[in-house]
Amino acid sequence: MANIISFLVLLILGYVFGQWAERRHFKFIQHRERLLKNILCFNVKTLPSYDTAPDVELVVGNVVISIDYFKRIAAGLNNIFGGRVSSYESLVERARREAILRMKLNAKERGASMIFNVKLETASIYKGNGQQVGSVEVYAYGTALIDNH
Amino acid sequence: MIITNIEALPGKTIVKHLGMVQGNTVRAKHIGRDLMAGFKNIFGGELKGYTELLQEAREESVARMIEQAQAIGANAVINVRFSTSSITAGAAELFAYGTAVVIE
Repeated sequence: MANIISFLVLLILGYVFGQWAERRHFKFIQHRERLLKNILCFNVKTLPSYDTAPDVELVVGNVVISIDYFKRIAAGLNNIFGGRVSSYESLVERARREAILRMKLNAKERGASMIFNVKLETASIYKGNGQQVGSVEVYAYGTALIDNH
Repeated sequence: MIITNIEALPGKTIVKHLGMVQGNTVRAKHIGRDLMAGFKNIFGGELKGYTELLQEAREESVARMIEQAQAIGANAVINVRFSTSSITAGAAELFAYGTAVVIE
């Protein structure tokens, strides 16, 4: 009985706080995306031609985000019936957008306005003991062009 | 030392290729951070401790790569790539590799 109660409490806590945190995070992401929209990202390697050569520097951004309890249970149910696992979709989307934003911020701090050859790498983080944690790390990196004149 | 993940540097010419250089580091999770992560697993959200841990580890692997490049007389590393792999539960390997070159 105690097990069922703690399970339900965790489920409700996860749902309430998870939804709230996710909505807040998306709002925060959108806000910063508007602020950093003048920093352009490209995933091509060829640089535009310049009269005076710009400086180049590697810029990076990373983030680790964990899923909440409710969504993890929902994803577990999805695993039985198949189909889209929408709870993980939003998790990975948040992580990617956040990582790109941090990379852009890193570029902005160095006075760059363009990032070339942007690569994204995603890694899942497990806890072991068969206990799935459901955290994802996204790492974004690219070459920032810094106009030095 | 210039580090980029593109193949050519604007306004500079590559005079010599010195081959591949690499740097890696294997990091384990810290128990305090792990406890916090367990907590965050209920509520969801960013695991700041892990974000920092992985970023520090990547910086270290890049530093090792740079060390190796300097040892063979390079002044830039181009076409840098990163790779992450979890080796066992609780430890991750962060790997950085690139081509060491001499530029003018």
